[in-house]
Amino acid sequence: MPSQHIVRAFDEELALLANRIAAMGGHAERMVDESVTALIAGDAALGAKVIADDAVLDELQREVDDRVIVMIARRQPMAEDLREIIGTIRIAAELERVGDLGKSNAKRVAAIAEARQPRALFRGLEALSTLALTQLKDVLDVYASRRVDSIAMIRDRDEEIDAVYTSLFRELLTYMMEDPRNISACTHLLFCAKNIERIGDHATNIAETVFHIATGSQLPPERPKVDHSHKVVVTSEGAEIVD
Amino acid sequence: MALADGASTPMSETRRAGLARARLHNARWTLAAAALALLVVAAWPEAGWWLPVLAFIGVVAVALVAPRGSPATLPSQSPPALVRARADLERLTAIDLAAAVPDALVIFDRSGAVLHANEAAQAAFGELPEGLLLQMRFRVPEMQDLVARVLSGEAAPAIIEYAERVPVERAFRVAAMPLGRGAGVFAMVFRDQSESRRIDRMRADFIANASHELRTPLASISGFIETLRGPARDDEKARENFLQIMQNQTERMARLIDDLLSLSRLEMRTYVRPTTPVDLRAVLRQVIETMGHMARESGVEVKAKLGDAPVTVPGSRDELYQVFQNLLENACKYGASGGRVEIEIDDRSATDDREVNVSIRDFGPGIAEEHIPRITERFYRVDVETSRSQKGTGLGLAIVKHILTRHDARLTIRSRPGEGAVFTVHLHSTVGRPAGAQQ
Repeated sequence: MPSQHIVRAFDEELALLANRIAAMGGHAERMVDESVTALIAGDAALGAKVIADDAVLDELQREVDDRVIVMIARRQPMAEDLREIIGTIRIAAELERVGDLGKSNAKRVAAIAEARQPRALFRGLEALSTLALTQLKDVLDVYASRRVDSIAMIRDRDEEIDAVYTSLFRELLTYMMEDPRNISACTHLLFCAKNIERIGDHATNIAETVFHIATGSQLPPERPKVDHSHKVVVTSEGAEIVD
Repeated sequence: MALADGASTPMSETRRAGLARARLHNARWTLAAAALALLVVAAWPEAGWWLPVLAFIGVVAVALVAPRGSPATLPSQSPPALVRARADLERLTAIDLAAAVPDALVIFDRSGAVLHANEAAQAAFGELPEGLLLQMRFRVPEMQDLVARVLSGEAAPAIIEYAERVPVERAFRVAAMPLGRGAGVFAMVFRDQSESRRIDRMRADFIANASHELRTPLASISGFIETLRGPARDDEKARENFLQIMQNQTERMARLIDDLLSLSRLEMRTYVRPTTPVDLRAVLRQVIETMGHMARESGVEVKAKLGDAPVTVPGSRDELYQVFQNLLENACKYGASGGRVEIEIDDRSATDDREVNVSIRDFGPGIAEEHIPRITERFYRVDVETSRSQKGTGLGLAIVKHILTRHDARLTIRSRPGEGAVFTVHLHSTVGRPAGAQQ
């Protein structure tokens, strides 16, 4: 936590704000995890629960926004405090988006469960979601501990997510070519994979914000993209990456 | 009792000394006040009659208000050893107690900030520095709720189930309760339930995987049996051929079950990093020796650059053996066309990395870029046909990855089609590691 202020109440408000972010993070992590579990198990009830949970996350975000506005108006924070408070709004917005993506996955549970798919189809998705969840967890752990020395490594892991996503994209295209009956489920799964990949991106954005809060400077900008899925096309040989 | 009395004069000597200490300790406030009073009186000898009186009143007042430990003054009612043990107990702190508890235990204050986390907690959850808010480290809604409930002063200890999915699936039963009465200090105990959870999951996984992966060879066997009983009943040549295929298929099923069991066993083990010192050179030499036969059969020459000095890392010898065996086996199988495999130890333990890297390089056809991120997934195969013909089960690298995760190590894979592949294992050379670097 930052150094003490003369007005103790301000410290308490800051701590409470951080607490709310942690609660949002917990909800978002839970939603992503459960949405993927629901997808794999074809569990419509769990999917419905995830969709309902999104309202909680939205409510939390509104609460954070309100608190921040009141704090800015009453305390007129500067420097580190201002960064902290503005960062909080940004992180809350990112987490809310993560929740939305989880919800979007949960909505597809029924459509995918309808045509019972072989388990192999879900393995890639499971691996991708584990990566994204690890990313999210590490970022939120850094937010809690403010140990930003490992943050560059976290951001690098986003590359891994992109690489798996590209590979998954190809795999799903191949399944669709093999059997047109796979198309509806595979298309939904493609969207799910895209959503999970986006969750990784949001986690990376949070990492950048946390770094900014803690140090006051930005992470160096270069971010190599390994996501080649925009170059994958179907040819007579199968799915291929074109340059 | 008689035995103790007869045998131990020195024992009762120490006991008496302990009792005297305890009595003095209990009277410490009064003694201090008396000493102070004497000093004051001695300092102003010319002050008149009222000063000693005032000093005496002061001593009486302190004797009245001073806290007094009860049992030590009544030695006739409880045995002296017990009294001494009690005195010792009262000197011990909650931190001493926490260190003795095998479960993860965290002590926190009114705001939820960590005051102390015992060793088991640090091992289970990584560093929990003082001042870290519990609600921020354990973010699931139930946990938020639990902390809020305990902090609000609810009397009964609250218990919840808590599960983590990454980096390794774990489950805990968590209890939180206030320490003492109104002290503003709270404790949270984590009891690891992962094992029973993993057994359940293992059962489910095993059934799902086994039913899927075993069905193919089973279907093929039953097809051949049908043919042998029907159309090929009298065909001598076909019979021999079919029986050979059937044998191959049963062997494949046996291997698959072995691998599945081995993976399941690994998953069953607790998430604690093995720390026995292992000499990597000895392990690698043994692996190369064991695999020599197979390498010669695939026409591969194994070249090892193991260096001169022993290279020791903390880990489990058997598990690391399995890692390198699987990697070398893969290199020989899938890189056979290159004709050679190179194994090299790069000891960087003296540098900032504090890592030991072992690379296994083949010169075969290589792995296409899109497969690299995923080849450690279970049953992920780059090419189903090649894998089947090489007697692969699709689990080898999954096992490698699992063992390395347990060792907190990494596997990196570099490859270009046509230029072979390099599998590098990065092991930490020491147990301690830079803060914050989880996973």
